[in-house]
Amino acid sequence: MEIVLSSGIGIFAASGLWLILRPRTFQVIMGLSLLSYAVNLFIFATGRLKLDAAPILDTGKAIDPAAYTDPVPQSLVLTAIVIGFATTALFLVILLALRGLSGSDHVNGREPY
Amino acid sequence: MVKTEQAVLVFLIILPFLGSIIIGFFRSTARNNEAWFAGAVALFSLLLTIMLYPAITNGQAVQFSLPWLPMWGLNFTLRVDGFAWLFLLLITGIGFLIVIYARYYMDPADPVPRFFAFLLAFTGAMTGIVLSGNLLLLTAFWELTSIFSFLLIGYWYHNPSARDGARMSLIVTGFGGFALMIGVIMIGTIVGSFELDKVLKSGNIIRQSPLYVPALVCILLAAFTKSAQFPFHFWLPNAMSAPTPASAYLHSATMVKAGIFLLVRLWPVMAHTNIWFWLVCGAGVITLLIGSYFAMFQQDLKGLLAYSTISNLGLMTVLLGFSAPLACVAAIFHMVNHATFKASLFMAAGIIDHECGTRDLRKLSGLYRFMPYTGTLAIIAAAAMAGVPLLNGFLSKEMFFTQAALTINGNWLDNSMPFIATIAGLFTVTYSVRFIYGTFFGKPPQDLPATPHEPPHFMRLPIELLVFLCIAVGIAPSLSIGPFLANAVIAVIGPNAPPYSLALWHGFNAPVIMSLLALGGGLLFYIISRHYMQEHEGGPLFLPDLSGRRIFEKLLAAVSWKWARLARDLLGTRDLRVQIRWVLLCCFAAIALIMHGSWLWRGTQALLPVNLYFALLWLVGGFCAVFAAHTAKFHRLSSLVLLGGAGLVTCASFVWLSAPDLALTQLSVEIVTTVLLLLGLRWLPKRLSNPNPEPPGFKTYLRRGGDLALALIGGGGMAWLSYAIMTRPQDRTIARYFLSNAYNQAGGHNAVNVILVDFRGFDTMGEITVLAIVALSVYALLRRFRPAPESIGAPRQQQFQAEFDQKRSNGREGDSLRDYLAIPALMMHWLFPFIIAFALYLFFRGHDWPGGGFVAGITLSIGFILQYMASGTRLVESHLVILPLRWIGAGLLLAAGTGLGAWGFGYPFLTSFFRYLNIPLIGKTPIASALLFDAGVFCLVVGATILMLIALAHQSLRHYRIRHQSLPRQDEEEF
Repeated sequence: MEIVLSSGIGIFAASGLWLILRPRTFQVIMGLSLLSYAVNLFIFATGRLKLDAAPILDTGKAIDPAAYTDPVPQSLVLTAIVIGFATTALFLVILLALRGLSGSDHVNGREPY
Repeated sequence: MVKTEQAVLVFLIILPFLGSIIIGFFRSTARNNEAWFAGAVALFSLLLTIMLYPAITNGQAVQFSLPWLPMWGLNFTLRVDGFAWLFLLLITGIGFLIVIYARYYMDPADPVPRFFAFLLAFTGAMTGIVLSGNLLLLTAFWELTSIFSFLLIGYWYHNPSARDGARMSLIVTGFGGFALMIGVIMIGTIVGSFELDKVLKSGNIIRQSPLYVPALVCILLAAFTKSAQFPFHFWLPNAMSAPTPASAYLHSATMVKAGIFLLVRLWPVMAHTNIWFWLVCGAGVITLLIGSYFAMFQQDLKGLLAYSTISNLGLMTVLLGFSAPLACVAAIFHMVNHATFKASLFMAAGIIDHECGTRDLRKLSGLYRFMPYTGTLAIIAAAAMAGVPLLNGFLSKEMFFTQAALTINGNWLDNSMPFIATIAGLFTVTYSVRFIYGTFFGKPPQDLPATPHEPPHFMRLPIELLVFLCIAVGIAPSLSIGPFLANAVIAVIGPNAPPYSLALWHGFNAPVIMSLLALGGGLLFYIISRHYMQEHEGGPLFLPDLSGRRIFEKLLAAVSWKWARLARDLLGTRDLRVQIRWVLLCCFAAIALIMHGSWLWRGTQALLPVNLYFALLWLVGGFCAVFAAHTAKFHRLSSLVLLGGAGLVTCASFVWLSAPDLALTQLSVEIVTTVLLLLGLRWLPKRLSNPNPEPPGFKTYLRRGGDLALALIGGGGMAWLSYAIMTRPQDRTIARYFLSNAYNQAGGHNAVNVILVDFRGFDTMGEITVLAIVALSVYALLRRFRPAPESIGAPRQQQFQAEFDQKRSNGREGDSLRDYLAIPALMMHWLFPFIIAFALYLFFRGHDWPGGGFVAGITLSIGFILQYMASGTRLVESHLVILPLRWIGAGLLLAAGTGLGAWGFGYPFLTSFFRYLNIPLIGKTPIASALLFDAGVFCLVVGATILMLIALAHQSLRHYRIRHQSLPRQDEEEF
């Protein structure tokens, strides 16, 4: 499983980075979204992979921390997802305003010569 | 207990600054009030200073210390000893006289309160330098004096020369302040403390340290820039554009002496070395000669006095450079004497300027018959400057000649010192005579802008007092200055200070011959060359081109313009892609540097067996990502759909790998993001691929190849790093604590939610604040949104439909849309209450089961969006009032209020509370205050999401209205 997930993270990151380096703003916003998937999964993966071990405590018996997956990266990623949405929205609006203002959707605000 | 003297110390620092702030509030037309007020502050400071005197006699010192940043050795330590006290007396005493003088000098048309506010603040900064018992604190006050000096020189900021002079002095002295900080830090490193009394006891350690020379160079740079020593002397003449009271106070009596003060202060621990002699004496000698030589050729009264000040500062520097205790005594003595006669001369020059309208020596002459009283005072002060017996200047100059005639180390500079001293004395006599004879004697003046007359008596009073001091010290030195000087000398040199005599006559010896030579030669030189000096233009004889100012300006232009442009051309780019590439390259380099030497591969952790379906899932995910990247340029919609696919794969992985909360959040955010981007696509004009593209050039291939390589390296690196991490066993982490205590201490089963709303609630508070700020920014940006002209018209699909609707018999615009959305719209309407219920369900179970404020908030906003999609903006808003800003505000208040509530019970911010309640029918239920906090999160997420989406959705309405101006006014929207 680990090899699958890490290759997946790699593919997402590579596609995202490629897009971030492209000249058109829409490409960049797509790239940022893909890169944030990759980074979120990466942070999540630092908690190691476990099956059927959601951090929902069973208080019927004594709590064994080893029986659950690591909740810390999960809570980090949870807020990261929401903040990621907010930054995407902000970037989208800036992108639209830039297009209206400069007449170009090039990241530099003007078409290359 | 704070003793009275310590309280006085603190008061002495605070009082002028406080007074300055209060004067800042005076009306700019007030003239007498602020003068009275500033005078009262200055007089009070003077009285406080005098009060301190009994505590500092015979080598005593008063110290007051408050820890400020003790871990960095910075304490607010104030310390006054005999030497600091003498200097303090100069600052407060002359400061008081200057305020009286300025009251009559300043023109009521100027904003006088500003002048007094700066003057008092400067007094405070100067007091701070003198009283600092910690070298870091001294540095801070040192910078403050540079700043207030800048403000005072630039007081008449409509005058370009005032602006230039102010800027020049700030750059030069600010550079010195920077050097001072470095030097002070070095000294602190050597000694292990920045406290002055510790530093003063560590002379041997400092002089033997390998850091001694760099520290000395830095300290000397600071002192030389502040005290206008060669090669930094050029700023002082340019600072003469300041109002004359400021010139008299800052640029002769006090601030320029701060450098000398620093040299004297550190003299016990830094002098007595060969390099000190060469650096300090060398700079001092050049300054002494250049200053006195240039002074003779000035045509501006204040310019003459400025160069004379430079030469006198050079004299003190030379004395300090000798490293002999008696020379140090002479330097301190001359510092006081110079302050008295030079301040009175500046004030006299100011009176002449004030009453005649000019200070040009070529225009002035014969003024004695118009202002005999001021003339007499000026003559006495100038005689003190020239070193005429029975005046204070004679005594210290005699001490200087004595020291110059002595042999210290016998090198060529030391051996030529008597001649240098005599020549400088000769020049001094010449320019003093020129000052007096040129202005007060000779034929009556012609073409003066104003008719000269005596100034009001109170304007002359400060000069009278200072001239009285010159005479008193000159005739009876041991009765007047004697005890004060003795205290200062003990404070600097220590109790073993050698005996010195303040007598007027020591017999017929070398200094007397030097004095006579200087006096006679100076007079003779004036008589010979007076016509040349009077009539010549430009720089002084032999050195017309030696203009520090010109060099400085060239250097400034080179640094701030040429080099800056060169650096920008070489290193800068306006292309964002180049910048991103560099960021990526730096990231790669940083990671490579960290991982260098430990190229890890897989670890020892037992791996999970590969599941075929999971692998297939990621095959799809990888496909989605790659093709999303491929289509993003020309096929935005497909790219967006593929991106959604990648998001879903991410979401499924979260489900698979025991992260239900993440999966829920990811899924709902995915929906909202997609809707948002779809709304945005409406305003992004379509990008059509060119049917006959030009074949891309070599450069394009190179760029793409480079980008591809960067992307592959980055992706490969991420894959490698995550594999390396995942295949290693996890050490003990903080997770154990959270898992063990989530239920016991916070009453929640869902550890992720408990971390978010309880353990790390403060973080979440920050996160939602960011969310609120972003939403408000989006809203604000969209209020003034101007879309691309190509996309203002209705989209092609809409035009198509409208055309079709019109062609149909009795068809109306929008019919077909209504038709084909009829069933989905019905479903969306009916789903609304269920979605609300589902959101509440997610919210309430969040503490124990997957769910929580974030996901519930997004779910509820999806419910609202569906209504918008089903029936259109207008219809929804006529039925449903959503006030997103209120939701945001309520959310923030609720979250912060829950946190503050803990204070009410005496706990830290955001401490949560829970207990079990027995609710009928439901049973034992934990009720936690964290639930309230989560409610805040919920409200804020709803508000922020809706605000952003609706603001974007409203754009189509807005531009619709622009096209159809006839629409009624009441449709004016908030968005």
